[in-house]
Amino acid sequence: MSTTLRPTPSPTEARIRTPLAKARGLGSAKSGTDHFWLQRLTAVANIVLVIVVLAQIARLAGSDYVTVKAALKSPLLSLPLLLLVLSGMVHMRLGMQTIIEDYFHSEGCKVLLLMLNTFFVILVGLTCVFAVAKLSFGA
Amino acid sequence: MANADTQRPKARPLSPHLQIYSPLINMVMSIVHRITGAALYVGTLLLAGWLVAAATGPEYFAYVNGVMGSAVGLTVLLGYTWALLHHMIGGIRHLIWDTGRGFDLASVDILSWGTIILSLVLTAALWAWGLGVRGGL
Repeated sequence: MSTTLRPTPSPTEARIRTPLAKARGLGSAKSGTDHFWLQRLTAVANIVLVIVVLAQIARLAGSDYVTVKAALKSPLLSLPLLLLVLSGMVHMRLGMQTIIEDYFHSEGCKVLLLMLNTFFVILVGLTCVFAVAKLSFGA
Repeated sequence: MANADTQRPKARPLSPHLQIYSPLINMVMSIVHRITGAALYVGTLLLAGWLVAAATGPEYFAYVNGVMGSAVGLTVLLGYTWALLHHMIGGIRHLIWDTGRGFDLASVDILSWGTIILSLVLTAALWAWGLGVRGGL
């Protein structure tokens, strides 16, 4: 990242920041820029993968069972599809986390929804992976 | 995670919220970006359902195919396609902004109008192409 993007610390901030806090660079949330960075990383991956997958699925839409099964067996579709599921699930979990943190302010409600967010994403993600794996390797 | 509710604050004047401002295109596109993101989140169930159907067997696949090919199913899929493309193009706009470029008013307007127009054009083009490959509905 360009150094020009980084806001100059105010005199107060410069004074109260300990050298250790500066070296760690994690800020008050203690998680640094991981959320921001992962959201962008998966966003870029999603652009490429969505184009590859969407083009193939648009051609498949409405096709019969044999055609769709054969297409999903091919690594040309199944591999980008699995990558999209992986990248997409990380991306959508981070996005929904932001939405939950923006609109739900009671701790109990927020924590519950953040847990459900993770459960939903893993459930949907693994269901997709399982289905594609079964089509690729199984009967 | 501020625990601001431990002490009940006095009623204080609030800063103006959404309903005060007349909608601007970049503001509308920002809201739509979040809504489409949430819709795509729920819509992954469609992808999972379609993949599970293909992995289960011909009868169940025919059933799911029938539901998705119905008028309601096609409308949902059309909306899903648009949401995906809008969120993708809006995301590219955000990646441009991440580099520190495009913050002058003219660029903001072009990027915001471009997002809505391009998303509609690409959705129409993709469906026309998909239907063309299959030879109509």
